[in-house]
Amino acid sequence: MPSVMLRENEGQLTLYIAKKDLEANVVSLEHDQADRWGGKIELDDGSAWYLDPMDTKPKLPKTVRVRRA
Amino acid sequence: MTSLNVEETKALIEEVLEVYPEKAKADRAKHLTVAEPGQETKGCITSNRKALPGVLTNRGCAYAGSKGVVWGPIKDMIHISHGPVGCGQYSRAGRRNYYVGTTGVDSYGTMNFTSDFQEKDIVFGGDKKLETLIDEIETLFPLNKGISVQSECPIGLIGDDIEAVSKAKAAEIGKPVVPVRCEGFRGVSQSLGHHIANDAVRDWVLSEDNKKEVGPYDVALIADYNIGGDAWSSRILLEEMGLNVVTQWSGDGTLNEVKNNVNVKLNLLHCYRSMNYLARHMEEKYDIPWVEFNFFGPTKTEESLRKIASFFDETIQANAEKVIAKYKAQTDAIIEKYRPRLEGKRVMLYVGGLRPRHTIGAYQDLGMEVIGTGYEFGHNDDYERTMEDLQNSTLLYDDVTGYEFEEFVKAMKPDLIGGGIKEKYIFQKMGIPFRQMHSWDYSGPYHGYDGFAIFARDMDMTLNNPCWKEMTAPWKKSA
Repeated sequence: MPSVMLRENEGQLTLYIAKKDLEANVVSLEHDQADRWGGKIELDDGSAWYLDPMDTKPKLPKTVRVRRA
Repeated sequence: MTSLNVEETKALIEEVLEVYPEKAKADRAKHLTVAEPGQETKGCITSNRKALPGVLTNRGCAYAGSKGVVWGPIKDMIHISHGPVGCGQYSRAGRRNYYVGTTGVDSYGTMNFTSDFQEKDIVFGGDKKLETLIDEIETLFPLNKGISVQSECPIGLIGDDIEAVSKAKAAEIGKPVVPVRCEGFRGVSQSLGHHIANDAVRDWVLSEDNKKEVGPYDVALIADYNIGGDAWSSRILLEEMGLNVVTQWSGDGTLNEVKNNVNVKLNLLHCYRSMNYLARHMEEKYDIPWVEFNFFGPTKTEESLRKIASFFDETIQANAEKVIAKYKAQTDAIIEKYRPRLEGKRVMLYVGGLRPRHTIGAYQDLGMEVIGTGYEFGHNDDYERTMEDLQNSTLLYDDVTGYEFEEFVKAMKPDLIGGGIKEKYIFQKMGIPFRQMHSWDYSGPYHGYDGFAIFARDMDMTLNNPCWKEMTAPWKKSA
């Protein structure tokens, strides 16, 4: 369960994994609504992560724990 | 010699790796690559890995990253090199972080404070010695604003509790005492030292309590270490643009400026590698966006000034254009003077955190070409940022070994090499002009428009120095 930082870079959601120095663009996010946010996150490098859905869209950037999806 | 193409460069890598044993060869191959058009930039090269035992690496340690880079330049704090005497003494004042102040009275940048561990301290622990040391510092240098305890290897090995001592002493003297766990054995290079130092600043210095009103144009200039006055020549451009630089650290920085970093609209980050951790933290916790910029050479400076201005209103944007226009004549004159002398020369670089990519633009402004570049301790994200600045068939080397670098140089025959003091004399004796790109070879500043003038002059006087024609002894010359 790595700690990652979700960040909006010029409108594009990016995911930063400090341990891997990986800054990857998010290509798809399962739940992207105001009242439900999270789920499966797919990155442009092909990897996918799972974030427990939150009830509201958090203020970005935010550090969260994600699981391998 | 003409430049190598992609295939030739790849063949060169193969040839150089030939001498290694099978396992070492496979490992080193991952750290060397060639820039190709349309190449996938992610994971193009392996970086931030432990150097192979038996090869000559150029890296520093975590203590170097914390004491030497991030904490050291904060001038009104006393940074104790806690442990044996050598680490502090041999790195003392070597990085040329300039500052304004009276050394020994209100500033301590070039001084070395050490607890000078002896055998008995290793056996019985050095906490008492640290207490005594802090008391002595308070007596002798009462104007210090705070103390940081920079651990050297033995502190972690013997398990001293510097946090407890720091807390007790901070309460006693009423000043911040920051323990930094930057023992040299941590991590693979000085890069982890930067991270540890950033975390120490985050945990011990930055605080919501220091929040106050923020002006609309308040910015922080961070991760500029003022080497040879770099931060000063950057700062004047920002101020001419109408920005209010309320905080500048750690080059020529003070503890109060670091504390005040939470009260800005934008963090201007020069060295991404050494302070991105803190910039990311401040973005999340204090809602301060950050932007990377590059003040090497007029093209990149211009780009960066516009990029910084885009975070503000039209007044600043108009001012940025005015600043660019103001210095246009000055830089044109420099390029006109030096470009004919430097045009077409080929450069190889091997430096630290940001210069392997940031200085490329400055060389290009002078008509020079960077044919090889590499980081001592860069990470994936550095290489990703580097690829966009590279031209076709540029050789990339990560944590290059002494042998590899020499062989590359012999094959590619660059006209100039930029690196550190450890490479300097080897290559000069091989008859190749060399500039130190860590300390600017005791020159500088190189940042900003004023710095570019000095950069161009330095490159010219190194490259076109008559001594390079005198490499053969007179009696060995053919008539």
